[in-house]
Amino acid sequence: MDIWEWVWVFLIGGAFCAVAQIFIDLTNVTPARILVTYVVSGVILTAVGLYDPLVEFASSGATIPLTGFGYSLAKGVEKAVSENGLLGVLQGGLTGTSAGIAATVLFALLWSLIFKSKEK
Amino acid sequence: MTKEKYVKIASERSKRSNICTNVIKAYVTGGCICLIAHGFLKLYNEVCGMDFQNARILSTVSIVFIAGLLTGLGVFDNIAKFAGAGTLVPITGFSNAVTAPAIESKSEGFVNGVGAKMFVIAGPVIVYGVTASVIYGLFYYYFGG
Repeated sequence: MDIWEWVWVFLIGGAFCAVAQIFIDLTNVTPARILVTYVVSGVILTAVGLYDPLVEFASSGATIPLTGFGYSLAKGVEKAVSENGLLGVLQGGLTGTSAGIAATVLFALLWSLIFKSKEK
Repeated sequence: MTKEKYVKIASERSKRSNICTNVIKAYVTGGCICLIAHGFLKLYNEVCGMDFQNARILSTVSIVFIAGLLTGLGVFDNIAKFAGAGTLVPITGFSNAVTAPAIESKSEGFVNGVGAKMFVIAGPVIVYGVTASVIYGLFYYYFGG
């Protein structure tokens, strides 16, 4: 087992979180804005060709942070445009992220059936 | 040094050290979540023999599942209090942002409550994420590929 692979997963994944923490502490930005910014940044970084090498290098350290969600959106649209042309522009994003979104929604519904909200 | 000045300097120092601690906590927790996900990826890919891309998707789904479960059990909030951005930025934060309002709005019913409120934070993420992907898709169609 290559130990460095795991080291880079930890270092890069942690770094994405540390950057967000600095922004939260210094600017009072809301968590929702952080999530939106990270996803859009992921799309932009993939578009300019920076995120592919990062995923190659740090694997889960680059795909698990929310920028990785943006990466999936961008990769999905690249694939769909290559296969279907202009229509792929509309198809690709959600195709690339379909499993993640479907799982999130389905599990949330499941958990809301099982658990009650805590009294505050 | 006057007392006021001392208090001001001391509070600035402690604020700075707080930020430092918060950043380290976020770094370590976030890094560990990525390590757990990587463990799932290895398990599905190398032990179960699943295709690498599919194993990657399933590892993300697994983390979403666990984060949602911990949210339901009320454990996630405690971890998030410690970790800050460490649990927010990984896909765990997205899962929590969907699951928490879904559970809390149960009393408002399953259509207007659970079904609608689960998108309070996930909605904007999907709206701007998809929009960004469409803009990139147009560039890719006309200039790239």
